[in-house]
Amino acid sequence: MKTYQLDVLRYNPETDREPHFQRYSVPCREEWVVLDALNHVKESIDPTLSYRWSCHMAVCGSCGMMINGEPKLACKSFLREYEGVIRIEPLRHFPIERDLVTVIDDFVAKLARVKPYLIPKEATSPEAGEFRQTPAQLKRYKQFTLCINCMLCYAACPEYGLIPQYLGPAAIALGHRWNEDSRDAGRAARQEELAATEGAWECSFVGACSEVCPEHVDPAAAIQQVKIKSTVDWYAAHLMPWLNK
Amino acid sequence: METVSADVAIIGAGGAGLRAAIALAEAEPKLRVALVSKVYPMRSHTCAAEGGAAGVIKPDDSLEHHFNDTVGGGDWLCDQDAVDYLVQEAPKELLQLEHWGCPWSREPDGSVAVRPFGGMKKQRTWFAADKSGFHILHTLFQTSLKYPSIVRFDEYYATELLVEDGRCQGFTAIEMRSGQMRHFRAPAVIVAGGGAGRMFPFTTNGAIKTGDGMALAYRAGVPLKDMEFVQYHPTGLPSTGTLLTEACRGEGGVLLNKHGRRFLQDYGMGPETPLGHPVLKTMELGPRDRVSQAFWHEQQKGNMVPTQWGDAMLLDMRHLGEKRIDERLPLVRDMSISYMGVDPVRDPVPVRPVVHYMMGGIHTDMRAATPLAGLFAAGECACVSINGANRLGSNSLTELLVFGRRAALSTLEYLGSGVRAAGGSSLADQAQARVRELMQRSGGGETVAGLRKEMMHAMEEHAGIYRSGDGLAAAAGKLAELRRRYRSLELHDKTNVYNTDLLQALELGSMLDCAEAVVVSALERRESRGAHQRLDFPERDDRSYLRHSLAHCRGGERPRIDYLDVVITKSQPGVRDYSGHHE
Repeated sequence: MKTYQLDVLRYNPETDREPHFQRYSVPCREEWVVLDALNHVKESIDPTLSYRWSCHMAVCGSCGMMINGEPKLACKSFLREYEGVIRIEPLRHFPIERDLVTVIDDFVAKLARVKPYLIPKEATSPEAGEFRQTPAQLKRYKQFTLCINCMLCYAACPEYGLIPQYLGPAAIALGHRWNEDSRDAGRAARQEELAATEGAWECSFVGACSEVCPEHVDPAAAIQQVKIKSTVDWYAAHLMPWLNK
Repeated sequence: METVSADVAIIGAGGAGLRAAIALAEAEPKLRVALVSKVYPMRSHTCAAEGGAAGVIKPDDSLEHHFNDTVGGGDWLCDQDAVDYLVQEAPKELLQLEHWGCPWSREPDGSVAVRPFGGMKKQRTWFAADKSGFHILHTLFQTSLKYPSIVRFDEYYATELLVEDGRCQGFTAIEMRSGQMRHFRAPAVIVAGGGAGRMFPFTTNGAIKTGDGMALAYRAGVPLKDMEFVQYHPTGLPSTGTLLTEACRGEGGVLLNKHGRRFLQDYGMGPETPLGHPVLKTMELGPRDRVSQAFWHEQQKGNMVPTQWGDAMLLDMRHLGEKRIDERLPLVRDMSISYMGVDPVRDPVPVRPVVHYMMGGIHTDMRAATPLAGLFAAGECACVSINGANRLGSNSLTELLVFGRRAALSTLEYLGSGVRAAGGSSLADQAQARVRELMQRSGGGETVAGLRKEMMHAMEEHAGIYRSGDGLAAAAGKLAELRRRYRSLELHDKTNVYNTDLLQALELGSMLDCAEAVVVSALERRESRGAHQRLDFPERDDRSYLRHSLAHCRGGERPRIDYLDVVITKSQPGVRDYSGHHE
């Protein structure tokens, strides 16, 4: 056992005028992650602390938070990788609801805006059997399906911090995921959002989103691919109009 | 209190709840569907399912094979008419998901790939690498966004079903963000609230799996069926309980004791099969109950590997090679390295059985209807039963699709009779008063964490892989005591916004109800069948117990248990043969 000091941001809108830090001294096992330490606080030190978590295996996306200033999943941040006091705050760029719990309405609404569902060329019936999709076709978009909606990329993205209207890395990557699926024909319907000023073009390619992504989705790559494809669209429409006939 | 009116209200937005919502929206776009969940849909525990979903698709397979595997795997406690329905609908549902864009893994020719799974005679498990549940959940969630008639209420915790004139007409739920109580008024309610593994200390289940849906129905007078059947998954990481999918063995991984022996051959699952060439339905591809029980026996013999988290066996996947592991089991590799510091490419991974799944749950018929008019249930919280005494891996993802949809269809039939929801307001007020009383209570001195720890300890000690009458009686006594002490529970946090002290107190109440149903049902079942093994009654007893148990809530007393015959249509109870000699 080793004792870690956690400085946890606390804020209860009913009782606090503004957020403040609270220090907890937590006896931890060597293999613990930050989430285990928070659970120990909740169980044995302070039952009033609120945060979201569930799966403890980096797949439900609930426990994103700032750990020493970096967006991380608490269930995958090992205490052994930290020294000194560990500072824990809610995800940056989102309003605080309570303690480490943020308001994520904006993100959830943006996911819906990119039409993240299959838009087939024509109506199909499952009774006709499966769409054929080769492993190579699957590979084209597979990586972009792995997003767990943890929002670390939004907390890392300087553009989103400056311009809240920006669609943001995960939503653009999700739209791109469907565009790249060989079964889908809905790209045109998604362009309005993806290719808008507040879509992919807002990105200044800092790449922070991809660096913090715990699932290696590489949203930055998705955004650049959207830009390239949108540029090709523009040239096709404006310089080679005969292609549209 | 603010009232939300809907035609159908669904509690739970995991796989089953989402599937039901979509089925309703597709059939009747004008129906107002309220989808209410204590978490955002993508946080639901369906996301943690790894291995895949079973459905007959390949030419060498048949519905009959799937039926026989499921019924035998369930030690003949499955309702066979329901299993027929499951296996028949399974391929349609999995194809439907494919048409909604689920990224199933593929064969080189572009057709859907299948993999072997425990207790299955043929390869029929559809998979998306080792994140099958994740992809199913996200495909359903994203598809649900197409339908404007589905209105979501994310992070609302349902506290009580409202039963008036003998039928369910809605429920109350707390909006976590404000702490405000809402009255959901609806003539039909579908409960899809998931399992209850969190009543045990060592489980693959996420924090949210606290049996809320089961407890809601139970308190409203619907019995919980077959609750004594709790599945241990053989291969969890000893440090955290994190699941390593059965697909590890489906792909060819083997289980070793500390002498390096593939010990399953000593427990009726042999002879040994060649390394790297798994044979279906034997050795490492035996069913979960048998494999977990074999672990227990080896542990008694001192053949297990001691670790700082207790005894473990070794899951050896080295012979699969790095390429195959990365392609088929990337999450397994990642988690083994992260949480155990072991790379399966280089070393065997220590694993041990871990509480994984509730075969039992809300008593429904094969239409997903409960005995309470207006109330339907689907997914892990329900017990149809297609899983019997032991669920086969990859049948549960299929179940939540097939019966999620079925619950929607039954709801439509029910609404067709012209039922309406009215009133309920005074019941909702009473439900609100009960939560207020819990929040304001002082001087009791009991804490959520304290009671929860004692409950978990009793379950681990007495309701595990092997059980005895004495142990179960002690656990039943303990749980009755905890139920009394729960009335003296005192919250530290009495504020409204996102109060997780309150949330956990309510979840603990759900778990205590479920735990008592498990223990008392187990105490009354004086036989060994599937996942329920009694040291004092080691044989299966078809004369007395080829029946479903039904636990009825009696408020302040321990549940009353009665029984219901199993539906047998074509498969008479026989011997479960995993010796590799079958046929």
